[in-house]
Amino acid sequence: MRKDSVTGMLLTGIGNVDHNQNSNFFVVDNKTTDAEISEKFTEFTNRKDVAIVLITQWIADKIREQVDDYTTTFPTILEIPSKDQPYDPNKDSVLKRVQRLFRD
Amino acid sequence: MSAIRENVFPTRMNLQNTKIRLRGAQTGHSLLKRKSEALSMRFVEIVRKIQDAKLKMGKVIQNASFSLAEVAYTAGDIGFQVRENSKTATFKLISRQENVSGVLLPVFEKSIEGGNAFELAGLSRGGKQVKNCKDMYISAMETLVELASLQTAFLLLDEIIKLTNRRVAAIEFIIIPRIENTISYISSELDEQDREEFYRLKKVQSKKKEAKDLAIESNNQTKENSEPFEPKNILAEQVDEDIIF
Repeated sequence: MRKDSVTGMLLTGIGNVDHNQNSNFFVVDNKTTDAEISEKFTEFTNRKDVAIVLITQWIADKIREQVDDYTTTFPTILEIPSKDQPYDPNKDSVLKRVQRLFRD
Repeated sequence: MSAIRENVFPTRMNLQNTKIRLRGAQTGHSLLKRKSEALSMRFVEIVRKIQDAKLKMGKVIQNASFSLAEVAYTAGDIGFQVRENSKTATFKLISRQENVSGVLLPVFEKSIEGGNAFELAGLSRGGKQVKNCKDMYISAMETLVELASLQTAFLLLDEIIKLTNRRVAAIEFIIIPRIENTISYISSELDEQDREEFYRLKKVQSKKKEAKDLAIESNNQTKENSEPFEPKNILAEQVDEDIIF
């Protein structure tokens, strides 16, 4: 789970840091490279103890291909709007599939 | 396509077996079709729910972000503090399974373990805002969890509906025609055998009749030509005594 407004999510108590200092959240800022994001994405989607991966939409846009190619059902990817960018439902990879289905 | 059939011997037993298989295939086809219809209904329902939930999520998260901004205004940036203080997750998910006509769909449920997380956040100032923000985010998380289970169900159902439809089509367009071809092959082959058998019988009869006619004719000829020949009767020569037990 990563976002610039990670704070709010962590307030609910979803944060988990194990004894190896591996956290289940990742803060992306302006200095984070796409490669790092992509690496973290792979790490989170392969973790057994993660059921939902929350990713803000503008970060998902950076690794859009990887998110679109992700077809495994577990864990689930959820794109959420971030604090400063409005939410665009047309970019969401699941909603895209929904729309594609209705077009057929 | 019509040439495709199973490789079986044309016997009555195989005909019977193939007929039973045809009936089985038809039952399976109708069952699978019904299953796919049920799943599709569920699927449409889920898709509608997803769209609603996505819009709702946008609103809820907006509110939550707003309340976070309130917190930042009163209590300053608590981000660092919160990140450093998160140790063990208290908000966890339990995944449960729901059965939709033979398909297991995961359903996520939240479970809050242990005490309230970040009880002491905002103790010095902005406590009310922090609490408000926390509540906001918890409700946002609930929406997200709901959305996540819908989304998982969506992906799974999509996959399974495709699979079921493929199986329905396979049975309808490949398996049933093949079995029907096999049945018609076996019955035509059996008819052919019957005809052959009948012809052979006829032939044998006519041959026998011919032989008989010939024998009678030659017999007549010999009767005319020579004295009737009497075979020696060996039973007439000696008389056995009756045996009494």
